[in-house]
Amino acid sequence: MNHLYFRRRPFLYCTTCLALWALLFAWTPSLSQEADPEARGLKIAQDARERGDGFGDFSARQTMVLRNRGGQESRRQLRLQVLEVPGEGDKNLFVFDEPRDVKGTALLIHSHREKDDEQWLYLPALRRVKRISSSNQSGSFMGSEFAYEDMGTPEVEKFTYRYLREEPCGDLTCTVSERIPVNPRSGYSRQLVWQDRDELRVWKVDYYDRKNTHLKTLSVADYRQYLDRYWYAGKMTMVNHITGKSTTLTWTEFQFQNNLNENDFTRTGLRRIR
Amino acid sequence: MRLDRYIDLILQRRWLVVGVGLVVILILASGAPGIVVTNDYRVLFSEDNPQLKAFDALGNTYASPNTAMIAVAPREGSVFTREVLGAIEELTEAAWRTPHSIRVDSLTNYTHSEALGEDDLAVGPLVEDAAALSDADLARVESIALEEVGVAGRLVSTDGRVGGLTINFLLPENSDLGVIEITDHINALLTEARKRHPDISYYLTGDVVMNRVLAEATATDMQTLVPIVFLIIIASSALLLKSVLATLAIVGVVVLVIVGTMGFAGWTDQVFSPASAGVPIIVMAIAVAHAVHIVTSTLAGLREGQSREEAIRKSLRINAYPVFLAALTTTIGFLSLNASESPPFHVLGNMVAFGLLCIFVYSMTFLPAVLSILPLHPPPTPSDRPGFFDRFGTFVVERRKVLLVVVSIVTVVLVAGVPRVELSDNWTRYFDQRYSFRNDTDFVIDNLTGLDMLEYSLDSGSEGGITDPAYLRTADAFAEWYRDQPEVNFVQSFPDVMKRLNKNMHGDDPAFYRIPEDPALAAQNLLLYELSLPLGNDLNDRIDVAKSATRMTVVANASARGLRQLDQRAQEWVRANAQGLTGEASGVTMVFAHLAQRNIESMLRSTIAAMALISLILVGTFKSLRFGLVSLFPNFIPAAMSFGLWGYLVGQVGLSASVVCAVAFGIVVDDTIHFMSKYLEARRGGASAPESVRATFRTVGHALWTTTAVLSASFLVFASSGFQVSSVLGLLVAITLGFALLADFLLLPPLLMAIDGDKR
Repeated sequence: MNHLYFRRRPFLYCTTCLALWALLFAWTPSLSQEADPEARGLKIAQDARERGDGFGDFSARQTMVLRNRGGQESRRQLRLQVLEVPGEGDKNLFVFDEPRDVKGTALLIHSHREKDDEQWLYLPALRRVKRISSSNQSGSFMGSEFAYEDMGTPEVEKFTYRYLREEPCGDLTCTVSERIPVNPRSGYSRQLVWQDRDELRVWKVDYYDRKNTHLKTLSVADYRQYLDRYWYAGKMTMVNHITGKSTTLTWTEFQFQNNLNENDFTRTGLRRIR
Repeated sequence: MRLDRYIDLILQRRWLVVGVGLVVILILASGAPGIVVTNDYRVLFSEDNPQLKAFDALGNTYASPNTAMIAVAPREGSVFTREVLGAIEELTEAAWRTPHSIRVDSLTNYTHSEALGEDDLAVGPLVEDAAALSDADLARVESIALEEVGVAGRLVSTDGRVGGLTINFLLPENSDLGVIEITDHINALLTEARKRHPDISYYLTGDVVMNRVLAEATATDMQTLVPIVFLIIIASSALLLKSVLATLAIVGVVVLVIVGTMGFAGWTDQVFSPASAGVPIIVMAIAVAHAVHIVTSTLAGLREGQSREEAIRKSLRINAYPVFLAALTTTIGFLSLNASESPPFHVLGNMVAFGLLCIFVYSMTFLPAVLSILPLHPPPTPSDRPGFFDRFGTFVVERRKVLLVVVSIVTVVLVAGVPRVELSDNWTRYFDQRYSFRNDTDFVIDNLTGLDMLEYSLDSGSEGGITDPAYLRTADAFAEWYRDQPEVNFVQSFPDVMKRLNKNMHGDDPAFYRIPEDPALAAQNLLLYELSLPLGNDLNDRIDVAKSATRMTVVANASARGLRQLDQRAQEWVRANAQGLTGEASGVTMVFAHLAQRNIESMLRSTIAAMALISLILVGTFKSLRFGLVSLFPNFIPAAMSFGLWGYLVGQVGLSASVVCAVAFGIVVDDTIHFMSKYLEARRGGASAPESVRATFRTVGHALWTTTAVLSASFLVFASSGFQVSSVLGLLVAITLGFALLADFLLLPPLLMAIDGDKR
């Protein structure tokens, strides 16, 4: 699983690309706008992934604050380790610290580009690892407004894309693309993604539910660059427009190059987690 | 005399009076487009209704306040076939696209969890791709569905013949539009489904659907009942007056008054609902009842050979005061509806009160002016033989002792039935069988699951406390207590989920179908389960954000009183076994179950105040405490008699019961006023009591009989509404008016003669 990180983009590449595109636009005015959006949307997604490639592994701490319409709050704390698997989906390991009674529970997810993800859960109370076969990741993650699939940049292959337009976002200029989930069981009919033109960082996502109602909005903030290359967000806020509930997800203590390996992300590895 | 000068003025400026009268109505009428018809059942409740507030709090915590339910029933056999399950699956998928839906639960998408071997847990919809299921799969689905707590009796009938689907909604601020979008969408879905599966029947119910029917019923009642009443009014006026022009004059006044009142309602942004849809009907009927007195007296004058102006002058002179009094007392009765807990009755009361103002003003201005313009001829003189009311008056005078005894006995017997009246409001029975909503609702109740639900939020007292085994055991005991109650069909409770998960986590060993001992295990099981639930099937409608409380839903089959008592028993159980676990039951059903009682409490004082005020006015009018007090009998008894009769014949009465007295009393008094004023006039003219009674019957007998007949007929038309609140109100008022006429004719005269002795 790629997270929200992006490689710095060479200025030259950008200008060349723009110049080429402008040329194309000038030559075939009727074709360019009409036929390109799908390809261009896909290209943006692929470029974004490419920029994120090569980080190896990282770990971080996540804090979730859940709020309901009445302002009632609840907190969740977890740690996360991610291992990059070249050419495949990443491997993710979540360890829950809070609430207290789920402390030490660990969730291992092997994402895949084409087939369904695999997941295992280690339950300290049972001292057992359980494999969960559920094709569904559209549901709420720990009661929050985030679905598991909303928490990071999903695999490119899980969507079809369409570039829509460019527009200012804050001080930057963003591309707006639409992506449509390939999995018919997804909870969403489509998503709109705002990515800045320079670094391809995601700043905002609008989620539309199955009846095409604007369900949720994700706002991303506090980007920091790590290893001089990779951009990661520090704060993600998901607002549910229908229920009025919201969740703020804060990322801290990013650490890269922890020398994690495949063995840490296996069933048996799960049991060693504390 | 000042009244004479006023009458002169009206007659001299008759064209101006008619012109101004028309212009005022035209101005008022231009507001009519502002009339709003609502389709939100919440309009029946005041803002600070405690049950509604509790229900809203529940909705804020668990976010699923509005529902629609679809029952899917094959014409033959069970639902566990590829075709029927496929139809439910299709419908579930399509239901997701309903506007404002946030959740869909059906037999097919029910989240089933089971252990696969020792260490695997499978979580997924109970049925996926029904068309491809093997016979073995179907048998497996059937056995799971019929055995699992949480499915049988809710999403499938216990005999497996009817499947169910519920859609939860969060309505937007402007819920009226939302309700229309939702019901239109679902109806389109069902039309499509019926076409595709002709062997399957579909039934639709739920509170969202009721909201839509509410608006339809209001419109239907206004469109169909008003013309009928209008025809009744024309026919009865013509019959009574036997004069085309006089009938025309009355109908003219009625039309102006009704147009003016509805226009005023538009100007003042009144929101109409079925409970207040009766405004035009009631105003029309009362308008006739008032105008008739002026016209009959005028015609009587013409018959005696007076000139038209002379006859009008005399009619106004003798009628101005009684008509004013009658309008005033009726107005007081209707204004007292403002104390009601239900806002639609405020609309009803205030609009009828405004209508009464119009009626009085137009009867005193427009009507005499028009009568003086029209070339009125005296109607044919009745035949020489003494009229019916002459003979009737004689009968009453001769049999006064017997009448007194008989009427008293009848009264006592009827009033003794009052305690049999049971207060009950149930939204599933608010509409009668002419609405498909009612038929569908009945089908669902009879064949799938009850719709009377008691909702509880069970509080653990601490964040994350819902996985505490002590809490789970208490909550489970509460659910089990409920399952033992005879009127309970089904209980949906969170501990059942925990028990099932515990079993799943132990390789589906039935011995582990129990609350886990270790709180950490319970919490971890729940975490695991929540991670595998899809969007829209999560536990957020059962668990609050802080995991400190869970929701329990009890489906029961009982009357409103039965449900209130069931809840009381539950409260006793909670006090004895689980102090502080939960408060009173909530939910749509319970909000309605308390509605009638709250309304009666709110109306009691104002109705008594209105009655006292009206009685005081009567005492003042008749300038005699004795006559004033005697006049109270025929006013108070009729309502008690009709409630008694209702107690014997029907028993259950709802919301409308609270306002029947206030509505009926104001109208009933009118007859008494007209009777008493004519009687006293005769007495003061020197006639003996029996002679005065006969004279009174001769002069107003016919008019009172006709106006009562018109009023009762109009309220009976109102009673034909398909909306229970309206029909019961109409019926009870009509019966009360009938009893009131009997009391005025059979009880009041003997009483008067008894206390009035032979004094001259």
